[in-house]
Amino acid sequence: MSTKIYDVAIIGGGPGGLTAALYASRSKLATVILEKGQAGGQLATTEEIENWPGTIHSTGPELSAKMLEHAQKFGAESIREDVIGIEADGFIKTIKGRNGEYKAKSIIVSTGAEPRILGIPGEREFRGKGVSYCATCDADFYEELDVVVLGNGDAAVEEAMYLTKFAETVTVVVIHEEGKVDATPVVAERAFKNKNIKWIWNSTISEIGGDGIVEWVKVKNINTGEVTDMATNGVFVFVGTVPRTKIFEGVLEMDDRGYLIVDPQTMASNKDGVYVVGDCRQKYLRQVVTAAGDGATAATVAEKYIHEEENFAEDVLEVDVPVLVAFWSPTSEASMKSMPAIEGAIEQLGDSVKLVKIDTYRNQRISNRYNITSIPTVVLFNKGQAIDTVKAAEISTDNLVSKAKALL
Amino acid sequence: MLALDKTNFNSEVLEADGWVLVDFWSPKCEPCKELKPHVEKLGEKYGEQMKFCGLDITKARRVAIGQKVMGLPVVAFYLGGEKKAELTGEITPEAVEAKINELLS
Repeated sequence: MSTKIYDVAIIGGGPGGLTAALYASRSKLATVILEKGQAGGQLATTEEIENWPGTIHSTGPELSAKMLEHAQKFGAESIREDVIGIEADGFIKTIKGRNGEYKAKSIIVSTGAEPRILGIPGEREFRGKGVSYCATCDADFYEELDVVVLGNGDAAVEEAMYLTKFAETVTVVVIHEEGKVDATPVVAERAFKNKNIKWIWNSTISEIGGDGIVEWVKVKNINTGEVTDMATNGVFVFVGTVPRTKIFEGVLEMDDRGYLIVDPQTMASNKDGVYVVGDCRQKYLRQVVTAAGDGATAATVAEKYIHEEENFAEDVLEVDVPVLVAFWSPTSEASMKSMPAIEGAIEQLGDSVKLVKIDTYRNQRISNRYNITSIPTVVLFNKGQAIDTVKAAEISTDNLVSKAKALL
Repeated sequence: MLALDKTNFNSEVLEADGWVLVDFWSPKCEPCKELKPHVEKLGEKYGEQMKFCGLDITKARRVAIGQKVMGLPVVAFYLGGEKKAELTGEITPEAVEAKINELLS
């Protein structure tokens, strides 16, 4: 088992994770991607990609392979690993996998999402027997056969078009009224023109059945309640996705649907040095390009986090003499005014005490860790511990000198 | 792991005497490619008691459908040519190993 400490460990090798790996490794951070399967995530099982800027057309597997190659070009390592949990307290974090344990200063979570299971009778029973959530995986089975697609978002409509290349007939069951789908208009228009797709409106599938393999579905009209039996060989279910975040329960903050909650500016989770990118986080638009954007942000913020923490440890926590840490901001008049008093104390104390200034606007995390609620505030450190806090009103050269001398 | 196709499926699986594991997969199926190396590893561990085989369904679609396999991945277990158990959906390496132990015990 390796004892190497990575700067950045990325859990999940989809577009978000691979972009984070590219940015981190290009910034010369020691970077590892932990991916349980093939690189690309959901992108790898998407047939057509036509909204990745600068690439007019590509396939999902092609683009995935290129993204991995790009990250590796700058030195990112890729390890096949199924992560089962993280320990994220403290600067050096632990990632537990089925094959081993990994140590890293920061973690970028990009575990993505997986197809939602509807939960209708027969759905579970006929999995692998005609119920499918992946058209690229299973389309080959349906040459000259009939399939039904349930759903009407981008995934459902695009995969229905893909299936027309294989199946004899493709019927899309849509819960909305005639002509209305949730898919992007450009995708919907193309599908409406496709003569090989049939549409059933105002309806859903209430049951899937057959003898060993799928032979029929019950199509239910949601307005009339009428249920019609329909013969089919396969059912492709595309009714949204659910985040893959179970392993973070109790560790990272998530909403009631399981999406991880982060600061949308920085991708920072509730744990210092842990970032979340892509489809597994709470966000407005889940696309390859937005996941990639998240990844770039997270890698950049992670780099800043590592530097700040390492600098703070080196300048404050690991020094032999007492340290006065002045929390201030150049934009605050009060903290500008208090500086001469603080500098004066250091002049009197000489080399026996060190001064470190922390701009609270730039480094909110360390300020919050020491409960800095107003500036200026001076915190006295000795041997890595915060000993005393001096608020604005008490900051004077004499007071600081006497407090520091007490520690010597 | 023994590569099956439409010419040898009958002789290697349906007419075999002991336990046979068949991993149904396809080069277009990402979850299958995720699982396959784990199954191969289990083959090294349990190969003496069970014959480990893989069937690329793009080369033998009708054979797979004949075995009532209409989606991937599927890991099926045969004894004396008869299908005794089957794993479908999200298949973990642990679930495959647990099933092997259950069947062999």
